[in-house]
Amino acid sequence: MKSLEELKQIRERMLSQLGPRNESDAKIRVVVGMATCGIASGARPVLLALSDAVQKKGLNDVMVTQTGCIGLCQYEPIVEVLEAGKEKVTYVKMTPEKALEVVDRHLMRGQIVSEYTINQYIK
Amino acid sequence: MTELSLHVLDVVENSIHAGATLIEITICAKVKNDVLMITITDNGCGMTNDVLEHVTDPFFTTRKTRKVGLGIPFFRYAALSCGGHFSITSHPGAGTKVEADFSLSHIDRLPLGDITGTMYTLITCNTQTDFVYIYKIDDRTFTLDTRQVKEILGGIPLNTPEVLAYLKEYLTENKKIVDNGYIL
Repeated sequence: MKSLEELKQIRERMLSQLGPRNESDAKIRVVVGMATCGIASGARPVLLALSDAVQKKGLNDVMVTQTGCIGLCQYEPIVEVLEAGKEKVTYVKMTPEKALEVVDRHLMRGQIVSEYTINQYIK
Repeated sequence: MTELSLHVLDVVENSIHAGATLIEITICAKVKNDVLMITITDNGCGMTNDVLEHVTDPFFTTRKTRKVGLGIPFFRYAALSCGGHFSITSHPGAGTKVEADFSLSHIDRLPLGDITGTMYTLITCNTQTDFVYIYKIDDRTFTLDTRQVKEILGGIPLNTPEVLAYLKEYLTENKKIVDNGYIL
């Protein structure tokens, strides 16, 4: 059984590295809508896929977090990518698979995955 | 909603919006008594009796983005539709307690589903809030108290990648031990 002992070891390891990162260090914020509408349409697996991928790929300047209802319930699950100095990108009708594509193309290579953005749906 | 754990995620969002600093989530199954109980207790701002009377009404919400509030009505319906009970008690300034119980064997009872995913999401996205998570089947219990975790970590944030990976495994493995092959 995994015990809290292991946490102490993680702490020691982290302290020996140079300064643990701060939330404010994050350059990109990825926000998933997590109100009833989002949750019912599958936001939880999308958020879990995003945070897993960001961890695995070691994207230390990306923070994945949640928010309430964005007000576009019919387009849930919605993922917003917020980056200082850039316009907000809103991805709609997301799935874990699409989310991984956003990680690869947008978060890692800086290319907006335009086929999943809201602009594709409201023309 | 297809899983009870999604209802938990949804209802706990209310606690977070109510400014709770401590939220206790208990999943307790008694197989012999054929009952599954889910309790969510928070120390948020609470509600007056006036508001409390309306929370099970789908056309009541305090939110401005839309006119409906389905979290509580959905959860209540999930309990009542399988011979269970639902109650919500609240005191302004003290907090709110939501309790639902379900008949384990009822054909219409939703599966609990990915409760680990729900807890992981809640804990890692709301690092300012503390959670006590109790997962219990018969006499097997697993408890996670984020206050304890934070104390061990000292100043290291909960959402550090190494800590996130640890938490996910910790939740998954301990649940498996409590489950002991039983699927809620």
